[in-house]
Amino acid sequence: MQRGTPSDQRPTDVYFFATCLVDLFCPEAGMDAIALLEREGVAVHFPQDQTCCGQPAYTSGFADQARSVALKQIQLFPNDWPVIVPSGSCAGMMRNDYPRLFADQPELQAQARALAGRVFELAEFLLNVLQVKWNERVQDRSEPVTVAVHTSCTARREMGTYEHVHALLGQLAGVKVVTQEREAECCGFGGTFSLKLPAISAAISDDKADAIKASGAQSYVSADCGCLLNIRHTLEKRGDALPGKHLATFLRERLSTPDDKS
Amino acid sequence: MSARERILRRLRAAPQSLAPLPPDVCGFYAAERKRSAGDDRTQRIARFCGQMAGWHGEVIPVTRGSWAQTLRQLCIAKKVGSLLYGRNTPYAKVLEDAGIGGLTPYDRPVDVWKTDLFRDIDAGFTTTRGAIAETGTLIVWPDANEPRLLSLVPPIHFALLDADQLHGTLIEAMTAQGWGAAATPMPSNALLISGPSKTSDIQVTVAYGAHGPKELIVLLLVGEGEL
Amino acid sequence: MAVSELKFVPASEFKQRTGAAVADPHLRRSFRTAMDYLMAKRAAQFPDSAALERQRALAEHIRKYSLSRLPDLLEQLERQLTANGIQVHWAENGEQANAIIVGIAKAHAAKLMVKGKSMVSEETELNAAMEAAGIEALECDMGEYIVQLDGEKPSHIIMPAIHKTKQQIAKLFAEKVPGASYTESVDELIGIGRALLREKFMSAEIGLSGVNFAVAETGTLCLVENEGNGRMCTSVPDVHVAITGIEKVVEKLEHVPPLFGLLTRSATGQAITTYFNMISRRRQPGERDGPKEVHLVLLDNGRTQAYADEQLRTTLQCIRCGACMNHCPVYTRVGGHAYGTTYPGPIGEIFSPHSMGLATTHALPTASTLCGACAEVCPVKIPIPELLIRLRGDATHPASPGHAPLAGQGAAASLLMNVVWGAWATVYSRPALYRAVTWLATRLRALTPPIQSGWTRSRTPLKAARRTLHEELARRRGK
Repeated sequence: MQRGTPSDQRPTDVYFFATCLVDLFCPEAGMDAIALLEREGVAVHFPQDQTCCGQPAYTSGFADQARSVALKQIQLFPNDWPVIVPSGSCAGMMRNDYPRLFADQPELQAQARALAGRVFELAEFLLNVLQVKWNERVQDRSEPVTVAVHTSCTARREMGTYEHVHALLGQLAGVKVVTQEREAECCGFGGTFSLKLPAISAAISDDKADAIKASGAQSYVSADCGCLLNIRHTLEKRGDALPGKHLATFLRERLSTPDDKS
Repeated sequence: MSARERILRRLRAAPQSLAPLPPDVCGFYAAERKRSAGDDRTQRIARFCGQMAGWHGEVIPVTRGSWAQTLRQLCIAKKVGSLLYGRNTPYAKVLEDAGIGGLTPYDRPVDVWKTDLFRDIDAGFTTTRGAIAETGTLIVWPDANEPRLLSLVPPIHFALLDADQLHGTLIEAMTAQGWGAAATPMPSNALLISGPSKTSDIQVTVAYGAHGPKELIVLLLVGEGEL
Repeated sequence: MAVSELKFVPASEFKQRTGAAVADPHLRRSFRTAMDYLMAKRAAQFPDSAALERQRALAEHIRKYSLSRLPDLLEQLERQLTANGIQVHWAENGEQANAIIVGIAKAHAAKLMVKGKSMVSEETELNAAMEAAGIEALECDMGEYIVQLDGEKPSHIIMPAIHKTKQQIAKLFAEKVPGASYTESVDELIGIGRALLREKFMSAEIGLSGVNFAVAETGTLCLVENEGNGRMCTSVPDVHVAITGIEKVVEKLEHVPPLFGLLTRSATGQAITTYFNMISRRRQPGERDGPKEVHLVLLDNGRTQAYADEQLRTTLQCIRCGACMNHCPVYTRVGGHAYGTTYPGPIGEIFSPHSMGLATTHALPTASTLCGACAEVCPVKIPIPELLIRLRGDATHPASPGHAPLAGQGAAASLLMNVVWGAWATVYSRPALYRAVTWLATRLRALTPPIQSGWTRSRTPLKAARRTLHEELARRRGK
């Protein structure tokens, strides 16, 4: 799905929906995502009442519990501003699953649809709506680096935001993206799957860690905190020190060099 | 109430909020054809031969005057001691006059010679109803003259194909030949054959001659100028 | 052939089995290699993704249309087949189907039934029923023959013996096939099978096959295969019995090519199979071979349950290509046997709850990361992840109002999970409480437990950040 291509109305204000994983485990990714948006001249609003998109309960088959949490989130964004989510997975939940979740409640479904229409995954928003062109104004002179990219399955298959991360990284001259074996394969996280069927989850995660190691990358990047945590903690357990970053953090660090002319 | 009635009743009781329109398959393929560059006879022949080669089938261009002698030579080269064929086809007379050793008509019910058919016949010869260029596929409709097992049991299958009957795709062949229409109802058995029998069931390694023919040789009838 | 005890695992033990399944390096390598090969072959068949999407849309349309008219089409099929001289039988479950087939075999005093590949006959466990009736049921598809010889069940719906190496098969043949000596040559192994099975085709009184598509308008049964055993089983013995699920019917002959083209390309990356076998009649007067009797057994076995619900009905769009399992990260790791069902992998996870009930299969819908690879490659666009989520709900909850309960509805309901998710919803739908709980988690990070359920089995513990993003931003705003 292509969203917001190209936009003639550049938004001045956006909401930021951090996601529960970023909130508790990777707050720096949230801060960096906000910084990225702000440096493009956009005012970022963070509703303090946000919690979680509800996906863990939803995918576990506990729709009522997911609905009660989703209902709260739907009400957090009164203005008609875009809602930016630094996760393909959670953005996918809000864009595609919220309307389904409220299928039996027409009024709420209409609200869910209206929200779904302005939910953007971070990379998608930077590239398609803000149309960042860093290569024109930033000299990426920080240390050249090779990175492997892990795209979350939702981003790849549901949100269609696979190309976006690559396009953004492609704007940074010092960044070389290397491909890994079976790049399109899941990292094995799967939310509660990693707890329910740990042996299988571990087998898939180990293969992903092997593939990233074997790619020769110095670092890896993911636009989804769930996958990132899974890969990071898997590598750590094996004693591999390969650093991994959320896309937002990686981009913000590269773009904050003294050469940044903006 | 019978199982039939209970099954149908359950199906009929199910909600039907959507009633999809009949799919327009022919329209779909017509649109697809417009997207692709059209093909002429030469291209179709080339496509067919290439695809058939991919299936491990051999295609030998022949003419109306030469095919039977080519077949005779093939039988000698492949040490075919017995060639099974069907009587009363438009090609049978020429075949019978070609001097092929061990030519055996399939003119008895299988029941009376099943063991001999399985053990003693080296090759089978059939005509074809046409072929499909896109996939390298023969169209074979067995009948009383050319029974089903002709193209299945003998280890080598020789098939005679008239290049005039080469269609682009399966749907084109079905439409052109009117499959299932009142004038041409579906026969007892209709077959599409793409190469000799094969299997990849052991470690995804392809092996030919799983149960049926180990070799498929297509004699492709073309004009003198096309050889 | 001596029947050895089936090495078969109950679906209800799926969870317990997974540890052993992923720990078997031979099995892992067999599946990884084969699935990589099949994925690459499929991808090579679809170089133009836009064209593929058009074909998938048409195939989905055909399947949805066919299902929307299913009862009418089944009656039309029955009328047409009957007019063509083919006898039609209906079975609500496997037991009835097996009884019908045993009855036909007994009526012909059959001692040997040769079988073409039929997953539906695996579903009904026909072989066991035949053996119980004193009739040998011999699998003739090479892969099926191999697994039957070893007392196993297929581990893949298209590649039944994919879990076995050629060395294992060589050993098996040398031990169990009379006169066979040990060889690791695939050609020679297939030659051994060929020689043995051709003798059996000759002597069998009855042949069984599945059906890939049944065409209502013409009364035609279509079979897709490479080996020729399907043709042998349907044209050499005097009696041919076909068995199929009721969902396999399409209205017109022209509906077949789009489905057939996607089936073979999606399954094995072949543009077409060696044989496409269309059977519309028994042996006609004057014909010299072909079965003198043809029967079709139409099996329900839970399909009407899936059909009763419009969301679950999409399960029945399946044309059994197996692409979902080839692309499934879970299937690739555990292999087909771990599931304990006839159909493993994603399609099995959404179909088995209907054919076997949720009481035994409730764990299967959880065997997915919901990565969506299955739905992405499904040629008829079954929304498999959505159905998995739906079935996870059905497994843990009573039927929602207005919906008939599924067999085994709520079988995995647990007070503990209700409490956990209830508590979760309480915290996550009360912002102040949520902020308090997460604030506390950050302050207690030094106490992070070193063992965190399944997570730490292969990962270091998850540790809360020093401050939540909520707190960081509240501080920033306060400054």
